[in-house]
Amino acid sequence: MNLRAPDPRSAADPTVLLHIDWTKCDGRGLCTEILPELLARDEWGYPLSYGYGSNVPVPDRLLDAATDAVSLCPRQALTLIDR
Amino acid sequence: MSRAPDTTLFPPVQAPAGTTRLTAARAADYGTHQTTFGPLPAHTDSAALLAALRDSGLEGRGGAGFPAWRKLAAVPARERARRRRVVVIGNAAEGEPLSQKDATLLLRSPHLVIDGLLTVAGALGAHSVYLYAQASVLEAVGRALAERADAAGIELREAAESFISGEASAVVNALAGREPVPQDRTVRLTESGLGGRPTLLHNVETLAHIALIARFGAAWFRSVGTKGDPGTRLVTVGSDGHPSTVLEVAGGSRIGDVLRFTGVDTGTLSAVLVGGYHGAWLPAYALEARLDRADLAGFGANPGAGILMGLGERRCPITVAAAVATYLAGETAGQCGPCVNGLPAMAAVLRRLARGDRDPGLPGEVRRLAAIVTGRGSCNHPDGTARFVLSTLTVFADDVAAHLAGHCRKDHR
Ligand SMILES: Cc1cc2nc3c(=O)[nH]c(=O)nc-3n(C[C@H](O)[C@H](O)[C@H](O)COP(=O)(O)O)c2cc1C
Ligand code: SF4
Ligand code: SF4
Repeated sequence: MNLRAPDPRSAADPTVLLHIDWTKCDGRGLCTEILPELLARDEWGYPLSYGYGSNVPVPDRLLDAATDAVSLCPRQALTLIDR
Repeated sequence: MSRAPDTTLFPPVQAPAGTTRLTAARAADYGTHQTTFGPLPAHTDSAALLAALRDSGLEGRGGAGFPAWRKLAAVPARERARRRRVVVIGNAAEGEPLSQKDATLLLRSPHLVIDGLLTVAGALGAHSVYLYAQASVLEAVGRALAERADAAGIELREAAESFISGEASAVVNALAGREPVPQDRTVRLTESGLGGRPTLLHNVETLAHIALIARFGAAWFRSVGTKGDPGTRLVTVGSDGHPSTVLEVAGGSRIGDVLRFTGVDTGTLSAVLVGGYHGAWLPAYALEARLDRADLAGFGANPGAGILMGLGERRCPITVAAAVATYLAGETAGQCGPCVNGLPAMAAVLRRLARGDRDPGLPGEVRRLAAIVTGRGSCNHPDGTARFVLSTLTVFADDVAAHLAGHCRKDHR
């Protein structure tokens, strides 16, 4: 289980995390097109956010795009978690 | 009218003294168990157990070292109130090839593990209790369960055989009749585990300690060991890849002392692998470090599941590490892209280095791959593998340099 959050936290940090279920993700990379600011692709195509693992903090201004990514992911591998 | 306990049937038993605790009974049968440890308290309520575990400082013995009281406290109070719903699991999958302590514990002191399961289940009002153990011990454990009436509710299940079989969510999958591989989780098992029910899963050694804390208390537990690692722990000691001895030692024992006690000549070692294949190397000059979190933190190691594996100074550590990384890559559960692709890639680069490829970019490539896989799986298998590999590059920097220069003189078997 990787529920790791970035430390230390401050009040300004985003409170919503984009969770990647690696057991579902096929690495075709649709989410990285919708969220280029947040997600790069690793050499095999899987979404990669430097400094974060399975839970990527979403800044407020990217919340709409993140919500789109969640609903458009063909494998339903993405969820938003409030912390 | 209540009666005083019949002390002729159960004479008060002294708490074990010294570091022989889990291994104090001379035989594995229930009678010897009872005369050695005395009866299990009839019932420990969850508040009392929580307080005792908190005061004891007991940390889980399955590898992660999570405080036992915090896991108990994480079972939601509303679920504890709803009784029967909670599931309790004893984990003896022991998928790590360098570990033998859980199997040894179940063969030597099965009734302590059973007592621990019953204590936790009683405190939580749980009616579903499982013991998940390797095939090699099933018969002996089955015999122990049959010896006592109070254990009739414990279901004994055979563990899958793989490195990751003992990962908590993989155990839950196996018990649910699914593939024994880890699950993606966004809520803790203590919230929602087997069948969606709150699930408390502990390593069997943790449960055995709980059985003794329920009898003799937290102060007794802490009377051995250090502040940072109270109580005793079981360790599996070996050298050159072969686990050879399981023993019970005081928490915070000096690692060199433990090795020498089992007959290992520490003067001939280049390093000791602490914590198994997901662990880290302790270089020979640091062997007087204590087996506790504080002393080991600087090396990226922790007492973990109590594995100490010496490496002889004649053996090439890069060759050994490449073999371990290759094994770990093969043990990926095959579910998560970064793990499935990244671990074999990392192992392949390490093998090139081991075989004498002198490309100076190889160590950097191993580091880059280790960073890419870390945190990017549904379980900690990539993280543990990366930790081991990075520790190898750091502790054996001289050997890495010798390989790149083409003059490693060590034994490459
Ligand atoms: C890849 C992997 C393998 C694991 N294998 C085992 C195991 O064989 N036995 C075990 O007790 N814990 C194992 N664990 C740890 C369990 O997930 C869990 O943390 C532990 O059993 C909890 O018990 P404790 O709190 O008593 O330590 C493993 C974890 C990982 C990530
Ligand atoms: S869109 Fe979904 S399946 Fe595709 S790469 Fe992103 S998370 Fe993975
Ligand atoms: S990280 Fe690797 S071992 Fe863990 S669940 Fe994913 S594929 Fe399996």
